[in-house]
Amino acid sequence: MHIKYESIVREPLVDGDKDYHQVTEDIISPIERKPGRMWYVGFFFSVALLLYGVFCVTWEVYWGIGTWGINRTIGWGWDITNFVWWIGIGHAGTLISAILLLFRQGWRTGVNRAAEAMTIFAVMCAGQFPIFHMGRVWDGFFVLPYPNSRGPLWPNFNSALLWDVFAISTYFTVSLLFWYSGLIPDFATIRDRAKTKLRKLLYGVASFGWTGTAKNWQRHEALALVLAGLSTPLVLSVHTIVSFDFATSVIPGWHTTIFPPYFVAGAIFSGFAMVNTLLVLSRKILHLEDYITIGHLEAMNKVIVLTGSIVGTAYLTELFMSWYSANQYEGAAFKWRIAGPYWWSYWAMMTCNVVSPQLFWFKKLRRNIPFTFIMSIVVNIGMWFERFVIITTSLYRDYLPSSWSYYSPTWTEVGFYLGTFGLFFTCYFLFAKYFPIVAVAEIKHILKTSGEGQKKRMAAIEEKSTEEFVHEQEAAHAH
Amino acid sequence: MAIKKFAVAAYDDEEVLFPAVKKVRHSGYKMHDVYTPFPVHGLDQAMGLKETDLHTAGFIFGLCGTSTALGFMSWIFTSDWPINFGGKPHFSLPAFIPITFELTVLFAAVGMVMTWCYLNQVMPGVKKHVFHPRQSDDLFVMAIELNEYTSEQEVIDFLKTTGAVETNVQVAEDSWWYGRWDKKEAYELA
Repeated sequence: MHIKYESIVREPLVDGDKDYHQVTEDIISPIERKPGRMWYVGFFFSVALLLYGVFCVTWEVYWGIGTWGINRTIGWGWDITNFVWWIGIGHAGTLISAILLLFRQGWRTGVNRAAEAMTIFAVMCAGQFPIFHMGRVWDGFFVLPYPNSRGPLWPNFNSALLWDVFAISTYFTVSLLFWYSGLIPDFATIRDRAKTKLRKLLYGVASFGWTGTAKNWQRHEALALVLAGLSTPLVLSVHTIVSFDFATSVIPGWHTTIFPPYFVAGAIFSGFAMVNTLLVLSRKILHLEDYITIGHLEAMNKVIVLTGSIVGTAYLTELFMSWYSANQYEGAAFKWRIAGPYWWSYWAMMTCNVVSPQLFWFKKLRRNIPFTFIMSIVVNIGMWFERFVIITTSLYRDYLPSSWSYYSPTWTEVGFYLGTFGLFFTCYFLFAKYFPIVAVAEIKHILKTSGEGQKKRMAAIEEKSTEEFVHEQEAAHAH
Repeated sequence: MAIKKFAVAAYDDEEVLFPAVKKVRHSGYKMHDVYTPFPVHGLDQAMGLKETDLHTAGFIFGLCGTSTALGFMSWIFTSDWPINFGGKPHFSLPAFIPITFELTVLFAAVGMVMTWCYLNQVMPGVKKHVFHPRQSDDLFVMAIELNEYTSEQEVIDFLKTTGAVETNVQVAEDSWWYGRWDKKEAYELA
């Protein structure tokens, strides 16, 4: 029935000779079991971290932004660094779910569910930073264009910061819809095999009453395709707009046209690293090695080496332009970036983002799981430093030497950042327990073309010599 | 909206399902629907279903988003409350593009998902009859509507010849209703 012929030259996407029921069993049964001790330890640690974050933010809201280390010269410190870092991480999820869908990349099916969840949680974390940076956070709704008693006075639609409000809220909404519409059929699978009443009730509500008729699936596929088509330019626009926060200003070091593509590449780079961090652990803990194979990790490592090289090229281009433009302020900004008091952050960024991903040119290292895990952390440290370098080292030595300054975070800022890790991992642990972290229906859809069982049947034919094959065919048709 | 009688056949492979669908269509029995655990490409054509117009809905919602954003921003900055931003024109189209784009995407996505829910009749609280608990696991389930002119046994025998691994007759609600998934309905208990 499956017309598409997949040669054994391509690595199987699902290991082990499985049937449809086995796929359901492998992915759904961890949801039906009690979680292991590792899950409880991780979950309660995350919740504790989240509560500490809530405490730090409450402290900041009560006493004011003065509890942070930012000052008149450096108005954007850890806070906006963390915002850009988290939103960048989110981008890989959309790239996997949308762009790879349009490119018909079969390997996305194993990882898209977890990657999209990561997107949603990362955007939730990112959103906290600009909101609490407002200081008087209870007036935060002023950014929305609603008819008000002040005129009505509208927000400035020409401001990159307002574009951000629209871009990020749209991005969050569309990612959530895309993710949830994919989850509905899988929730129906859990509901139909549920043994307990509570599970039947809850997954019944979550599955929206899905039964999987032919027409439902036809519309489901149409929806996924169009949402992918919408999400693709959307994800590019979101980080472009984030980069406009910097690029539309006239600060040396920020005022460059290279920022949009450079930011998007960096976002995908850090996001794939975060996907690797999560999946290396998830596949091990939930025993999903057959679905999230080393081949999947290798494919993502290839994306990391590509985007890492783009980012490296962008750094060098920036350096070149600061010299070639012959603009003394631009030149000074880069001099203070490389060799000023913040030299360590610049060189940490260069080492983690430009030098270390080049190791992924070696196939052995791409397919080495501990190495992949370590690299995924290194890349995200590097990408955090990139945002710190862009923000802090462009600001700290401004036009008047009398206002030159230095910045280090206070405990509330550090606690706020740690708190978002708490939020992220609390959500992820709940997701890993209650949601199918691999898209069950999508795996079944590719099982007959890209599963190992199919590859084995093909191998019997492909490995035969031509003479042998022809001889057998003739013998079979002789009578 | 009505309780009807169905002959149900379950198949364990798409390769058996496709010829079966064609045979049932040829036989003239009234096919209620086919339930599959994943999208089976080509099944909609085999059943004679039309292509969906969901994309068109998405396009129209997108246009609504574009015009809302452009219209709203232009109205505010040219007539409702014109503000001078550093001597730049009030109607500064390039600066309106990012928000216009975002709203286009937002309207198209939200509108399409809502249309999708409406057309598929899916919503929290909605309940439908499940002909076979494994139709979302590993079986492809076909339901044929019976009426006073069709003989139960004849249909079942016919379905068996098409390669069904399981066949039975069920009385079921043919549409959706609001209900709890952990409770059995009156017609199921009867």
